[in-house]
Amino acid sequence: MSKFFSDTRLKRQHLLDLAFLNITRFFAFLVFAILAGIVITLLIGSLPAIKTFGLKFLVSSEWNPVTDQFGALVPIAGTLATSFIALLIGIPVSFGIALFITEMSPRWLKRPLGIAVELLAGIPSIIYGMWGLFVFAPAFANVEPWLTEHLGNAALIGPLFQGPPMGIGMLTAGLILAIMVIPFIASVMRDVFEIVPPLLKESAYGLGATTWEVVWHVVLPYTKIGVVGAIMLGLGRALGETMAVTFVIGNAHELSASLLMPGNSISSALANEFTEAVGPLYTSALIELGLILFLITFIVLSLSKLLLIQLAKREGKQS
Amino acid sequence: MLSLYARRRLINNFNLTISLLAMVFGLFWLVWILWTLVAQGFHVLSLTLFTQMTPPPGSNGGLLNAIAGSFVMTMIAALIGTPIGILAGTYLAEFGQRGWLAPTTRFVNDILLSAPSIVIGLFVYEIYVINVGHFSGWAGSLALALIVIPVVVRTTENMLRLVPNSLREAAAALGAPQWKVIMLVTLRASTTGILTGILLAVARISGETAPLLFTALNNQFWSSNMNQPMANLPVVIFQFAMSPYEDWQRLAWAGALLITFMVLALNILARIFFRQKAPSH
Repeated sequence: MSKFFSDTRLKRQHLLDLAFLNITRFFAFLVFAILAGIVITLLIGSLPAIKTFGLKFLVSSEWNPVTDQFGALVPIAGTLATSFIALLIGIPVSFGIALFITEMSPRWLKRPLGIAVELLAGIPSIIYGMWGLFVFAPAFANVEPWLTEHLGNAALIGPLFQGPPMGIGMLTAGLILAIMVIPFIASVMRDVFEIVPPLLKESAYGLGATTWEVVWHVVLPYTKIGVVGAIMLGLGRALGETMAVTFVIGNAHELSASLLMPGNSISSALANEFTEAVGPLYTSALIELGLILFLITFIVLSLSKLLLIQLAKREGKQS
Repeated sequence: MLSLYARRRLINNFNLTISLLAMVFGLFWLVWILWTLVAQGFHVLSLTLFTQMTPPPGSNGGLLNAIAGSFVMTMIAALIGTPIGILAGTYLAEFGQRGWLAPTTRFVNDILLSAPSIVIGLFVYEIYVINVGHFSGWAGSLALALIVIPVVVRTTENMLRLVPNSLREAAAALGAPQWKVIMLVTLRASTTGILTGILLAVARISGETAPLLFTALNNQFWSSNMNQPMANLPVVIFQFAMSPYEDWQRLAWAGALLITFMVLALNILARIFFRQKAPSH
């Protein structure tokens, strides 16, 4: 027996085990290192701009490559505004879709509908952008005068809808983004709705609740953390989306109250200007934009992840 | 005044109708986008598309160099990213019960999974393109590989976790060392699942444009040198669609149709693949 499991053989397998563990650990660490590397590299790249402009970079709306004056206010505002529009439309629609797939659709239709939503999520963003520029924007240009006429004089939101009906601009970019994030939010919401124990729902139905009441008073309270997580995930996507926005936002470095005017977002500024940027300060300012974008999405995605983890924990406790 | 019962039913029907409309609204865009692609791109599809290079404006041509460039860069990215992703995913699933590294990596990986791809492009530009001094196919592949890794890590971990523990225990009881248990039993048991993940990753990167803008850039001619700027479909579509030339825009539509068809086909293939493996899902 002892000869068969000779010491050298055992030792060799032990060493191989150790090697295997450490190789896989190394690659797990590599994934972690990539993220750290991204942050550090971008930080180093943006040092010249940070030194020159300091915090003023965040609040200045001047963007002038000729005089080397750069401020990030316009792209940051554009990124936030377009993502906000996307969520404003995306959240209710995604909720409706998730509700339809989980509670209303006949069993045989659930799978095809789920696949259709996931296919919509799979279409590359450049296709959305191209379609937006050539098909949606010209069509939307016909709608814009109507918006100006009916909403342009309303209190508070009026100024948002005044402007020339060009078809491209912040509002169009927001709408395209909405179409893009709907499948992301809807598919996570659907998954989250499906973890509600059938027992809970059936109890409510047994008490005579309508489908809507079950969703509103049982499913939503049970899954609200997960729903917020899904929304944050969609927000993370919307903030960082490049191609869909670049085509239709108009790429203008001017701050404007109207959503119908062309604007700029962080990612579209990068896509349009980075390869043509001359001078170290210009490049560095663009890299700082990238750093800001990465930090914003990092925070949003972390929040989303933490919420979804919490939901999973609670699910584990209750079942 | 409606009775309580009638009012509840009314609210219910109203909200469910809205939900139905939301579903129709979502599908409406899918149909509209696909229809546009087919209407604009289908009649441009021809043999010359696959046999000729991208033309200067005003003359005829195809997309051969872009298709080839995309294919090569996607393949290399998958070759680089897949082993790294599988090994990291194996660590998370098999050794990830204790310590700080596994939970942190899991968290970081999920963030990388939806990080803005343009930032990945910037990162590769800063660490590779600047040091080499020029755009290149390698840089493009590297950027795409960075997008492949988190997708593969995620699916590998999920698939390994589906393998029942009794399989591991049976192998261990026979005296197999842990590395053999993992390599010959658990990883083999989840091959189809991991392949699905790789297919999904390839589908994802074959449409990515933003990370290629600062890395591979573009090349109007045939290039088999990975050390030179390399033509690729997404960036060609971007440049041609934004150009004022109508023949370029037509080619862009054809390219867009090709890419979408590719990506959707890969997605569906991955689904069929996975369904055979786990009929219960």
